[in-house]
Amino acid sequence: MFSKKHFYFYILAGILVLLYSSTIAYGASEQFKGKIYNTGMLKPVDSKTKLKPGMKAPDFSLPSVSGEKVSLSKFLGKKNVVISFVPAAWTPVCSDQWPGYNIAKSLFEKNAAVLIGITVDNIPTLFAWTKEMGELWFPVLSDFYPHGSVAKKYGVLRSSGTTERALFVIDKKGIIRYIDVHDINKRPGLETLMKELEKLEK
Amino acid sequence: MNKSNMRALTVIISMLFFVFQAYAVEQTPAKGEAFPNITLPFPEKADEKEYLGLTGKGSFKIPQIKAELIILEIFSMYCPYCQKEAPNLNELYQIINKREDLKNKIRIIGVGAGNNPFEVDVFRNQYNIQFPLFSDESYSVHKSVGEVRTPYFFVIKNTMDKKNTLIYSKVGSIQDPKQFLDKILEESGMK
Repeated sequence: MFSKKHFYFYILAGILVLLYSSTIAYGASEQFKGKIYNTGMLKPVDSKTKLKPGMKAPDFSLPSVSGEKVSLSKFLGKKNVVISFVPAAWTPVCSDQWPGYNIAKSLFEKNAAVLIGITVDNIPTLFAWTKEMGELWFPVLSDFYPHGSVAKKYGVLRSSGTTERALFVIDKKGIIRYIDVHDINKRPGLETLMKELEKLEK
Repeated sequence: MNKSNMRALTVIISMLFFVFQAYAVEQTPAKGEAFPNITLPFPEKADEKEYLGLTGKGSFKIPQIKAELIILEIFSMYCPYCQKEAPNLNELYQIINKREDLKNKIRIIGVGAGNNPFEVDVFRNQYNIQFPLFSDESYSVHKSVGEVRTPYFFVIKNTMDKKNTLIYSKVGSIQDPKQFLDKILEESGMK
């Protein structure tokens, strides 16, 4: 039977859920109106990476939307690298994250850093989605097949097959200096990332 | 359910009501309605304070801006449509500044929904924006205007009795700045 105690518990749980969902407002862009799939609230983090700052970043080579293959090792000794994994194309928070980075090119350059965007979507999907953002200055790579293999190497593949919303900062020597496996429902702030980049050798 | 349970339930429901009030998202104001009484921090730069005709410190409200018409844009640094719109708004700002009959009557301000001051600065620097932009990191302004999509434009008329009325609003691009200006002058009765 449904006891009194249970009844109050459900009411309180309901209040908490409603409160939480009412605090995740974000300024949705008119650009994507009607084109964004609403994922609802997701489990904030659904994987556990074994990588830690100080460790060597696993190398990879993936196809990019523009056609060329991009490997991490090509930046070795030349540039600091920011890898931005986002969960999936056409989803709410991701569709706002990269356009922000797109107008911060000079801030990356100031810190001798390049940005690499990665999702597990296939190239045609990424092509259409990134086109909607305007011209992106950074490469967007597809970790589609074998599915999520790079995400898996970095320990950010979720059980659903998408990735975490994760940032990895790798210095010129190929060493991981910062990891942020962010709450998937929230956009990591640009300011925090820039502060991490400023700590690196230029 | 017995009486004491009913009483407890009433207490819970009324608590719920108050909690929701605190988190309430308001309706987006419609044309002809009073614009929500939003509060913004004083701009730090002296020329921006002067542009808005503000004196003092702390925070201010829209009716304190010394102008007949205020064009308020809700934007986000992360929104590609707002990025595309930035040069268009700069052009509108220039057009108004060049018109002797209007340059002291119309003011443009932007509010960055969910953007912290750093993010607002990135946007300002990228597009060399001359009019004041404000950070709305906690989305409080965004909530009080009904969590509109971005960019969203509100044109507010300040009247002598310190009330402010919304005379025009629009989601998305203002399109041609000259035509937009004509439209809002017509709506405001300033033409």
